[in-house]
Amino acid sequence: MKLQSRHLLGLDGMSKEDITLILDTAISFKEVLGRPLKKVPPLQGKTIVNLFFESSTRTRISFELAERRLSADVVNFTALGSSVSKGETLKDTARNIEAMKIDMVVIRHASSGAPHFLTRVVEANVINAGDGAHEHPTQALLDMMTLREKYGKLEGLRVCIVGDILHSRVARSNIYGLKTMGVEVSVCGPATMIPRNIEALGVRVYHRLEDVIPQVDALNVLRIQLERQKSGLFPSLREYHRFFGVTKEKVDRAPKPITIMHPGPINRDVELSADLADGPHSVILEQVTNGEAVRMAVLYLLGTSN
Amino acid sequence: MKTNVLDAEGLRRTINRLSHEIVEKNKGVQDVVLVGITTRGEYLAHRIAKKIAEIENKNVPVGVLDITLYRDDLRGRLDQPILKSTKILFDIRGKIVVLIDDVLFTGRTIRSALNALMDIGRPAMIQLLVLIDRGHRELPIKADFVGKNVPTSHGEEVKVSMSETDDEDAIYLIENGRKEKKQ
Repeated sequence: MKLQSRHLLGLDGMSKEDITLILDTAISFKEVLGRPLKKVPPLQGKTIVNLFFESSTRTRISFELAERRLSADVVNFTALGSSVSKGETLKDTARNIEAMKIDMVVIRHASSGAPHFLTRVVEANVINAGDGAHEHPTQALLDMMTLREKYGKLEGLRVCIVGDILHSRVARSNIYGLKTMGVEVSVCGPATMIPRNIEALGVRVYHRLEDVIPQVDALNVLRIQLERQKSGLFPSLREYHRFFGVTKEKVDRAPKPITIMHPGPINRDVELSADLADGPHSVILEQVTNGEAVRMAVLYLLGTSN
Repeated sequence: MKTNVLDAEGLRRTINRLSHEIVEKNKGVQDVVLVGITTRGEYLAHRIAKKIAEIENKNVPVGVLDITLYRDDLRGRLDQPILKSTKILFDIRGKIVVLIDDVLFTGRTIRSALNALMDIGRPAMIQLLVLIDRGHRELPIKADFVGKNVPTSHGEEVKVSMSETDDEDAIYLIENGRKEKKQ
């Protein structure tokens, strides 16, 4: 079994078989994470560069740990204080790094399509760690792994993504992946934060949490970027919290417990109340652990395929 | 050409003898744990554990080891091997690990398994049990318990069928069954 592509750019168009292969492989790596010695040798001798043009803490740490646990050699490149701040283009940066003989590139970039561009200028396997408002495939894969672990299957589940769908690559990757796996997907947020025509992707749109909560098994609560307030997409954090903040009071009206997910970092008591984030139905920390397992699976499948 | 090396009865007797040998060599099963290499080594380990329970009236822990991540031919293969899960839900530190596989051939699988086990813990001792030793070793590895020595030529294939995954219990020698691997 092998993935169709030698890169992971997004979940748009990825087959059910490929997603299942990654999720199954991740289960094996989760077992490795439970060992006293959390390191296995399959990527020995491979060099991976983490190209982070946008600030990121947990995704970068998660990728770096995954790479090291597979015994790869790791180089980190952050845009700040690098040649990029001297005006070097992405193409030149990438080609220079490739001239240093690297095998795989993990890239995070503020521009949608940057990883796709990279595949045309370098020979290495490219993994998208988030590009603009486009895709963040490993986040969606870890969300799916967490749901599958909790419910035993994905098909037939009902998941609502809550928050700023318009600017969210997490939402987009989740919609593509979940739809492929047979999950019923809906989105909920202020009208200013829901992309027009999103129904074309096969999702239902809600503008009131009260309407959607009784209809779902899980809520994937997105982080509200505090700076969006300045751009006038919502009037105030207090108002956002009142209408779209997921609180215990609101989810308690559901007929059965709702699983709470969040890609982090959480704005406590803005998009998600603290008692829910730390409550018995929160799988937020499980998502973090699964993120490492999923990234190990992707790196392993791509890194040993050629 | 397909030759029967062991039939169901023969396999049952061989497993009985191997179980007795484990008990004899270790003077009981104190500190003995069994670790089967996926997939057929796992089934063998469970059958042996069942037999030992009959002989000694004691249950020995059984674990499963997947060696995929430790293979020396992981890269450069056309077919990517499917990763299965290792399940060793007990501490192997200070234990006598009986490592179990169906066929011993080049010894490379066992080399991978030894590395994998060492990463999981530090056993007091590792003993190797194989159902069939077909020769052609490429590494200095020797089994402690052998079900049957079957001299083979390089191109022959030893096919182990076990009712847990195949439709019968039997072992066959198949002439020209083995596709030549690229070196």
